[in-house]
Amino acid sequence: MPHPPRLRPGDPLPPGPPRAGRDLLLETTDRGLYCAAGDFYIDPWMPVDRAVITHAHGDHAHAGSARYLCSREGERVLATRLGPGAPIESVEYGKEVSIGGVRVSLHPAGHILGSAQVRVEHRGEVWVVSGDYKTEPDPTCTPFEVVRCHTFVTESTFGLPIYRWSPQREVFADIAAWWRANRDAGRASILFAYALGKAQRVLAGVLGAESGEIFTHGAVERLNRDYRRGGVELPPTGYAGSEPRGRDWAGTLIVAPPSAAGSPWLRKFAPFSTAFASGWMRIRGARRRRSLDRGFPLSDHVDWPSLLATIDATGAERVLVTHGYREPVVRWLLERGLEAHAVASRWEGEPEGEPAGEEEAHEGTSAGGALDAEEGE
Amino acid sequence: MKRFARLFAQLDETTRTNEKIDAMARYFVEADPADAAWAVHFLAGGRPKRLIGARRLAEWAMAEADVPEWLFEESYHAVGDLAEAISLLLPDVSEGSDRPLREWIEERLLALSGASEETQRAAMLAAWRELGGVERFVWNKLITGGFRVGVSTQLVVRALAKATGVEEGVVAHRLTGAWEPTADSFRALSAADVADADISRPYPFFLAYPLEDDLETLGSAADWQVEWKWDGIRAQLVRRRGQTFLWTRGEELVTDRYPEIAEAAALLPDGTVLDGELMPWRDGAPLPFAQLQRRIGRRTLGAKMLAEVPVVLVVYDVLEIGGVDLRSEPMAARRARLEQLLSASPLRARFIVSPLVTGEGWEPVRTAWSSARDRAAEGLMLKRRDAAYGVGRRRGPWWKWKVQPYTADAVMVYAQAGHGRRASLNTDYTFAVWDDGKLVPFAKAYSGLTDDEIRRLDAWIRRNTLEKFGPVRSVKPEQVFELAFEGIQPSPRHKSGIAVRFPRILRWRTDKKPEDADSIDTLRSLMAER
Ligand SMILES: [Zn+2]
Ligand SMILES: [Zn+2]
Repeated sequence: MPHPPRLRPGDPLPPGPPRAGRDLLLETTDRGLYCAAGDFYIDPWMPVDRAVITHAHGDHAHAGSARYLCSREGERVLATRLGPGAPIESVEYGKEVSIGGVRVSLHPAGHILGSAQVRVEHRGEVWVVSGDYKTEPDPTCTPFEVVRCHTFVTESTFGLPIYRWSPQREVFADIAAWWRANRDAGRASILFAYALGKAQRVLAGVLGAESGEIFTHGAVERLNRDYRRGGVELPPTGYAGSEPRGRDWAGTLIVAPPSAAGSPWLRKFAPFSTAFASGWMRIRGARRRRSLDRGFPLSDHVDWPSLLATIDATGAERVLVTHGYREPVVRWLLERGLEAHAVASRWEGEPEGEPAGEEEAHEGTSAGGALDAEEGE
Repeated sequence: MKRFARLFAQLDETTRTNEKIDAMARYFVEADPADAAWAVHFLAGGRPKRLIGARRLAEWAMAEADVPEWLFEESYHAVGDLAEAISLLLPDVSEGSDRPLREWIEERLLALSGASEETQRAAMLAAWRELGGVERFVWNKLITGGFRVGVSTQLVVRALAKATGVEEGVVAHRLTGAWEPTADSFRALSAADVADADISRPYPFFLAYPLEDDLETLGSAADWQVEWKWDGIRAQLVRRRGQTFLWTRGEELVTDRYPEIAEAAALLPDGTVLDGELMPWRDGAPLPFAQLQRRIGRRTLGAKMLAEVPVVLVVYDVLEIGGVDLRSEPMAARRARLEQLLSASPLRARFIVSPLVTGEGWEPVRTAWSSARDRAAEGLMLKRRDAAYGVGRRRGPWWKWKVQPYTADAVMVYAQAGHGRRASLNTDYTFAVWDDGKLVPFAKAYSGLTDDEIRRLDAWIRRNTLEKFGPVRSVKPEQVFELAFEGIQPSPRHKSGIAVRFPRILRWRTDKKPEDADSIDTLRSLMAER
């Protein structure tokens, strides 16, 4: 296939193959990514009639739509996040359904339990929307699969070459060593991790290397239940809020969402050491700004080499980049002769420094709101 | 180098003083003395001068990491630190070498000085390919002259004391002056004979509690010595056996930083210890503390700075005369000795006996307190005339009575990125108050918010930027902050017509709307109160 002309960010898309006055299978609207041919949205941020959801994080799954479609693996956590009675249908990975004549299937994204890439095919043209994804295997969800396509809509949360992840076993070994050292010093270990996904991955990661009992914040515990019911093996955990007053927390590991950092809820665990498991912890300043004792660089998003390798493996001739460091990724691809565009997403914070957007936006929307309040003391 | 990098990581990872001391002490015990000597040098703030310019380093790193310049810039911007950005961008090292710190410094780093550009480049590439992770970061920091660890000299002294069993005061003394980072110097730090250090030792400082109750609860005013509380640096001057030692309250030895004080101290009789406040002072009056900060910030003190910001010691107390410890004598007696000791005129140019507030009863004290600002004082000190000079902070014999800061509610109108580790966050803010329906900027403030508030505010700023002028953003005038400041004066140079001193943020008033902010008239009335 001949290379399309080099494009600069913001240039209009070149005309697609001539057909029925429609160039784009998916287009961005003020409600989210929209497929006009099938009349459905992917991860809309406003209520719509028909929503296909990549995964249950707060910046992708918004309540209020009339119908939801997600992966079978992700149904339970999505229901927890959207609240009781949400009209959710689910489908197995790889199984095709037809929406308004458009062929839609979901494929593992390896990001969190049930996370999916959405493959959309219409009149021979194939688009894949990645949602959030990572390629390193994760015991808490089905591993990422490459899906060949003409147009690939990719995230770029960590789309800079400074972001390269160490193998996760090294990170888990560091976490286990930190916990052990805290136990030996008579302290509790408080590990901040996003309540949905990261928390469970970290728990699975310390399985077999425990230095003591594990307790969780309510927002985490409720999702642990969903994960266990979904067949994911996690070490035993207790809900910190139901422990008796005046209990000695020395030697325990407490897993809590980052929003609990600096809150009065932590006081009862003193003395303790704090740490944050997040891709942002790759940067020293990001850890120091939060006044944390430790930062463990562990992300559920692709790093720079995996991002580029994945784009390459999809065989896509057009790449739309969303979420995070869009402009640098687009420019990199343009300079390599690929057609690439930045696509606006809901989280409009500028991708400078450490965007407070993406990963943080995963917290504090729906899950565990009530439990958070309960535990506020 | 691995061991030193690990020590750096340990110090960087903890905010607990005791853990920092333990980590350093362990290192000093385990490391080879030649390596430990360099570690002491760097931890105590010693820095090699910058050997290679940032531009050059960046170019070599781009080529080595195979990233184009624009992507290097983006990455640097996201990290906010050149040494770190380079070490993150360079390819990972599978198996690093482990040469000792001494070798890295003496044979590799110092050899770069004056070498040709090609030699420097080859040496840097070789180092980058040998060093992994934190070691590479530490190396880059040393090369760029920006190596900094979050420990004070005082902490290093405590760690050395712990590692060697030698008393802290002795270690501090031995580290002062022209300490050379050699194995012999390091061994000398732990020598058992301590006679060399005894003469330098200051007394523990006696400190005051803030006064919370009415003056009347203190009993009769006649029992109290009242003086100004100066806004300088509390210090003890030790003159023994022909040598001078100037110690701050943080027990940092700063004799070299105040040559004019050291010179005048030579006129004091042997066996004298004074307690006072280092103050920037010219033409018989104090200069703003900011002037002193300007001087402290300089690594080398030029003649110009010494002339612009001369320093005196405002002397509160005398603790030793003729080698005799006077601390158990009553305040009144020490004060009399102090006045006599400093009566000689050559001494009085640099040693100013702390002026007293006098009069009958408490009324003059109250009056003095309300005029403290006009004197550039922070408030008053009240000391019982019959009290000994104690140790540490105790309730009863000494009280400090500080003036309240001025406060105003203002609206944030501009924001700007900070420096150093805050380079990727908007941390410098400009605030405005209302003037006839318009907001006029009147103060800039950088401090007072928690790290968490800074992050939340930064996110808000990014979403609510109206315009960008270079690094400065104008933002929607929606966020209200309570500011505190120490002084307020008319200023034709400012658009608002006023200038405030030491503005800082007291709290983020999320409960207030912009229309609730103060007006310029309110500020003018504060000025009128003076
Ligand atoms: Zn996500
Ligand atoms: Zn996301």
